[in-house]
Amino acid sequence: MSATVHCFPRQEIMKWNGWGYSDSKFLFNKKGQAEFTGKRYRLSGMILPSLQDWFENTFGASVKQHKSPPSLNAGALPPANLNEAFLQDLTATGIPFSHEADDRVFRAHGHCLHEIFALREGRGFQRVPDMVTWPNCHNDVVKIVELACKHNVCVIPYGGGTSVTGALECPPEEMRCIVSLDTSQMNRILWIDEKNLVARIEAGIIGQDLERLLNEGGYCTGHEPDSMEFSSLGGWVATRASGMKKNVYGNIEDLVVHIKVVTPRGVMEKSCQGPRMSTGPDVHHFILGSEGTLGVVTEVTMKIRPIPEYRKYGSVVFPNFEAGVACLREVAKQRCAPASIRLMDNEQFQFGHALKPQVSSIFTSFVEGLKKFYITKFKGFDPHQLCVATLLFEGDRERVLQHEKQVYDIAAKFGGLAAGEDNGQRGYILTFVIAYLRDLGLDYYVVAESFETSVPWDRVLDLCRNVKERIIRECKERGVQFQPLTSCRVTQTYDAGACVYFYFAFNYRGLADPVHTYEQVEHAARDEILANGGSLSHHHGVGKLRKEWMKESISDVGLGMLRSVKEYVDPDNIFGNRNLL
Amino acid sequence: MQTVSSPYMAKNSSGGAQRDPMLKKRDDFEDILEERRNSSDLKYAVRCYAPVLYKGLTPCKANMLKSMVLQSDHLRYVINQVSQESGEAPDIIHEEASVILEEMAHRLKISTVRFFAFTLTKAFKTLFQHICVNEEGIHRLQQAIQEHPVVLLPSHRSYMDFLLMSYILYTYDLALPVIAAGMDFMGMKFIGEMLRMSGAFFIRRSFGGDKLYWAVFSEYVKTMLRNGFAPIEFFLEGTRSRTCKSLTPKIGLLNIVMEPFFKGEVFDVHLVPISISYERILEESLYARELLGVPKPKESTSGLLKARRILSENYGSIHVYFGQPVSIRSLAQDKVNRCKYNLVPRHIPRKPTKETQSFVTDTAYRIVRLQEDSMVLKPWVLMASILLQNLEGLELSLLTEQTLWLRGLAQSCGAFLDWPDHTPSAKVVSSSLALHRGLVCVSGGRVSLVLGEPQGLVTPEEALFNRAVSVLSCASYRNQILHVFIRPAILAVAIHNAHYCPRNEVFNCFSFLCKMFSDEFILCPGDTVQDFEEACYLLVKSGSVQTLQQNIVVTDRGQSTLSFLNGLLESFLQGYQVR
Repeated sequence: MSATVHCFPRQEIMKWNGWGYSDSKFLFNKKGQAEFTGKRYRLSGMILPSLQDWFENTFGASVKQHKSPPSLNAGALPPANLNEAFLQDLTATGIPFSHEADDRVFRAHGHCLHEIFALREGRGFQRVPDMVTWPNCHNDVVKIVELACKHNVCVIPYGGGTSVTGALECPPEEMRCIVSLDTSQMNRILWIDEKNLVARIEAGIIGQDLERLLNEGGYCTGHEPDSMEFSSLGGWVATRASGMKKNVYGNIEDLVVHIKVVTPRGVMEKSCQGPRMSTGPDVHHFILGSEGTLGVVTEVTMKIRPIPEYRKYGSVVFPNFEAGVACLREVAKQRCAPASIRLMDNEQFQFGHALKPQVSSIFTSFVEGLKKFYITKFKGFDPHQLCVATLLFEGDRERVLQHEKQVYDIAAKFGGLAAGEDNGQRGYILTFVIAYLRDLGLDYYVVAESFETSVPWDRVLDLCRNVKERIIRECKERGVQFQPLTSCRVTQTYDAGACVYFYFAFNYRGLADPVHTYEQVEHAARDEILANGGSLSHHHGVGKLRKEWMKESISDVGLGMLRSVKEYVDPDNIFGNRNLL
Repeated sequence: MQTVSSPYMAKNSSGGAQRDPMLKKRDDFEDILEERRNSSDLKYAVRCYAPVLYKGLTPCKANMLKSMVLQSDHLRYVINQVSQESGEAPDIIHEEASVILEEMAHRLKISTVRFFAFTLTKAFKTLFQHICVNEEGIHRLQQAIQEHPVVLLPSHRSYMDFLLMSYILYTYDLALPVIAAGMDFMGMKFIGEMLRMSGAFFIRRSFGGDKLYWAVFSEYVKTMLRNGFAPIEFFLEGTRSRTCKSLTPKIGLLNIVMEPFFKGEVFDVHLVPISISYERILEESLYARELLGVPKPKESTSGLLKARRILSENYGSIHVYFGQPVSIRSLAQDKVNRCKYNLVPRHIPRKPTKETQSFVTDTAYRIVRLQEDSMVLKPWVLMASILLQNLEGLELSLLTEQTLWLRGLAQSCGAFLDWPDHTPSAKVVSSSLALHRGLVCVSGGRVSLVLGEPQGLVTPEEALFNRAVSVLSCASYRNQILHVFIRPAILAVAIHNAHYCPRNEVFNCFSFLCKMFSDEFILCPGDTVQDFEEACYLLVKSGSVQTLQQNIVVTDRGQSTLSFLNGLLESFLQGYQVR
């Protein structure tokens, strides 16, 4: 039997044991200075003079204690458990597949700390997919799912691989052959309908490719989750993703007009593309957030918009986090939120400072100094209290300027000072490079992770404070020897509440099982979130990481409803990733 | 430095027998009056006072607190509700609320505190020999104050309690508490205002159905707690115990201070049990008379001035034990599901759920037991217990012997005894007798209670009354040790009643008695099984009973212990007419 081996480019240029592109990473060079390698980002090739100090002071770590990860050890991989009959039938269809070790490992995980840590420690996973297949279109998926049902093999859909909920992990107890269904070859825009401003898109397309292709025709979706460089349209649908600019464009559930999904029962899709329907509960909502448990999303009709004429970044400095939250609340109340508005706490503000590249001219550094003097000395802001909101406005020029003024006026009422476009823009650039920083931390015995929630406005401050405090306490109780970093930001505003994003990191030297400690702390933090009125997740999803809280989150009956759908659609548990339920 | 005799202070508490009360670890005491006797009181009163504060403190003045309360969502909600129900305009209700708050609020001023620091020092030095405080407890408290909002929960035996508390906190440079005090103090014109300025806030004794009053009051307390304005102090027992027996706790205020935690407004709240033990209580004879139906004198400034004569007496020493702060967060873990508070806006007042209510009740009992546990008992307490079982009097030597026997029994049950080291027991007994010569007399080597004036000078009614006063005063000392023996004593009574002593019958009787005495002693409802186990453990350990298969058998040497324990509860059983 011959496996067709295909080389698909993405895997070649991406890290197998860390975030993002192989050529892009943070490192401390021989002089001990931090730099970001590669050419892909604004920060690429730059020296970051303050990062070392910040890193060493924050974590009690030392750049001298380097820990390099091992290379991929294919021998450690469990042998592929192949279903010969399925393989034969699949070969007959001509759909490419592979059971090479690196193909399988690459698709055995997402980007949870425990997953990356296992890869870096060379421990690997208890269970990985037995083979990978690359359908090229909707019909290929139909064939694969039919064969999977016929031969009772387990299918796990794989899009961009950016899951942070353990959703891509193979259940260790799964005895059947596990097929990773990689949607990356279904990456075309099938058509664009300019009259209705919608586009039909294959679900395997990656966010940045989608935007680039649409931009060529003068359009965009405006859906920009922080993972958009690597995450796929199908993944967005399957996890109920949220984009940075949802204030203008909406979250994925607002953007989607039509979904085609292949399930073991057959294909489900609506018969028309009406903008809204009253036809019983919206069946799209069974699919949105189904996390690969019901089938594979193959094609999506999505709203598109003309590229905005004008775009402007901005930032506001607040004397403290409380004032910042109050301002965001007011902005939400007046429903005048810019495309994006995010509020970073003081820890994140300082962290952002640590990532400032070397200043090129004396003049810039002089201006920076003046600004700092103005804010801390003249305005009396405490550098250990102040926090920054970053803003992004989009639209036609006149309206953007008007809008900008409105927002800055509100900010002023809460003691906020406009702090320039640069600071704002840098905030958004950091969004994309921050994920690379975890790998740097891991090089120096620092583990880090992020998690998110959504919470009513009146509880935002209490939740942020209590969760941070809980993390610090849990770390202490569990023997973490160094003060952890806890930081949060309000990343989205809604009429009735906000999305809060936490970063959490600590130096794990002296701990026997840092990942276990980390998981216990994160577990406690999630308990704390729930006890403070926060949701189980705003946009990351549930996966396997947060399954245990589903019952209390949506009630017994709610869970029963979801179960009954699963039982009808997929009675043999072909889509057996065991997420969610 | 004075050390409480502590042969039972375990050097290593990691031993297996966790529940063995003899292994309880307790701190040493420091006499704070000693320094006062050797330095200037004035200097002490005007010294630099800079306490450490709560890290999350939002600094604000007492007046700002009031406006925060009046403008709170909670109060606005209740004002509207009351206005709708009564048809009165919201403005008028708001005005009413403002008046209530004005009547209630404290006006904590450091100058007043300094005044008290000066005068109280003078008074304390004449009244008391020592005021002993466990400094480790103070250090723990200092830590706790920085980390979390703190609630101070002292035992309540005397008017002295809250002045004393503030005095100690001032001495140790700790944040001064705001204190929930009964409205009766406000009647004392000048003093009422002085107390207000030293941090007391006044609440009506009963306001059951008054929604507005409850709202103002609870919001006021919660605002202070959330802001970390000051430690909040109140008495779980609600009022002074006239009998020196802990009163069953009232849970209203405890519920209020826990709510900010349940609702996530603060990360945690720490409760600090504080045991204040008096060798002699200032109100000693007053209480006995009150118990006999002589009306309680209304609190008045002139009354206080008349009470000056007490200044000429010796009231021995006071021990104040600051217990380990108890984290509500840890206590509530797995007991209260805070998610329950997610579905209704937090400012809308709601009745606590059953789950919450039973948690608060449990906590209240737990704290009172912690208070009891660290009450320092003087030798006299042992002697009073024996004298009350020998009202006709007994030989001094026999009294000494029995006191020593009881000392052993009390220690094995975990009593916190202040028995002087290196002093012959005869001397301990005689100095106790001397301090309490108002209650007890020694003549011809026989010790007996002073039973009033010689016959003939008073009417028989008066004689009876005086006799009752003596017995009750003496009982108030005996009562101080009841918490040590209460579980074994109830068991002793149960065994006495169950003839063949099968374990389950004894338990049934025990359980009946616990229920019956639930308002009399601190017996947490729902803890009966545990209490029974504890009682059995203690009696088995002291060799008084044995458990053979399913039976409880009294040993020969256990007879005396059991009969003493029976005697301890005799008057209570008679009072409840079960004997």
